Amino acid sequence: MIVYGVALLSFCMLFGVYAGNLLGELLGVSANVGGVGIAMLLLIVLSNLSNKKFHLSSASESGIYFWSAMYIPIVVAMAAKQNVIAAVSSGWLAVIAGVLAVAVSFAVIPLISRFSVDHHIDQYVE
Amino acid sequence: MLTELLINKGLVTAFLFVGLITWFSYWLSKNLTRGHVHGSAIAIAMGLGLAYLGGVYTGGNNGLADVAIFSGVALLGGSMLRDFAIIATAFGADMTAIKKAGWVGAMSVVIGVVLSFVVGAMVAVAFGYNDAISITTIGAGAATYIVGPVTGTALGASSEVVALSIAAGLVKSILVMICTPLVAKYIGLNNPQSAMVYGGLMGTTSGVAGGLAATDPKLVPYGAMTATFYTGVGCLLAPSILFFIVRYLVG
Repeated sequence: MIVYGVALLSFCMLFGVYAGNLLGELLGVSANVGGVGIAMLLLIVLSNLSNKKFHLSSASESGIYFWSAMYIPIVVAMAAKQNVIAAVSSGWLAVIAGVLAVAVSFAVIPLISRFSVDHHIDQYVE
Repeated sequence: MLTELLINKGLVTAFLFVGLITWFSYWLSKNLTRGHVHGSAIAIAMGLGLAYLGGVYTGGNNGLADVAIFSGVALLGGSMLRDFAIIATAFGADMTAIKKAGWVGAMSVVIGVVLSFVVGAMVAVAFGYNDAISITTIGAGAATYIVGPVTGTALGASSEVVALSIAAGLVKSILVMICTPLVAKYIGLNNPQSAMVYGGLMGTTSGVAGGLAATDPKLVPYGAMTATFYTGVGCLLAPSILFFIVRYLVG
């Protein structure tokens, strides 16, 4: 049943966002801390449980794959509802701060991911 | 009457609308750029362009979604369905790749928040702000457009500074969407590990979501996973440790 997959996905999201809110409250910040990330991990863990009691049929899986494939169209809709005017017309301070933050972050990616690859090679050597 | 129908069935109208944009974008990608620019990158850029036009036309804050017949775009592109679809992409993600990059991913979130904060704070100082609250709030905005106002509210920043911090975050998020596919090759963004580092460093969920979608949809779950921790970590660090450091430095 396709709806089983959709229901599992919904359960993961509600659980994750709730946990993220709790985590935020524990840390004393008025924000959700990693709710979506927690939900993703939960979905991965649940879908990797390969025992007989909990097994998704391929129809159930297609309920999840549908939403996974809807991701890009949803992102297009998300782009279409951004406050682009505010971003463009907010003055130089905001533009420069945004541009520099992106440039510096991009520049650091290769450094840090190389770090992860090196570490990974070390593990093989050991 | 047709207008009324399109408004009443807003979400369905949005499906049709996004479908048409996507079709047109892939057509452009194939015929105009001979496949060099990914169709979804064009679709996202087109979405942003339409958001600009919508903003000019209505004077509102929600881009195209403020135009009545496109109001369904706000629901389709809102955080509820966005997060739902992002979580769905995790289905089938490679568990071992996540474990392998786990600690680097976590580290990249903290580094990403501090890096963007420092850049934003330095720009604020360069523009003549000299009180710790304003500098911290603008620095926080350079992290994401949620961290900025959360920090500003916590510290009691002026509404002008909060607006600036939101704008800085918006610029960042839009730039990440547009630039990621262009720079992906040069920063080695082609495997789950670097995608996790990328998500952690950039942090803006909408930027990362759009950027990776236009680069390689297979990488989406890895980037999104770390990115969703960023705003929380930012809201944790900016009004506390980072603010104290700024206050110490500014005096």
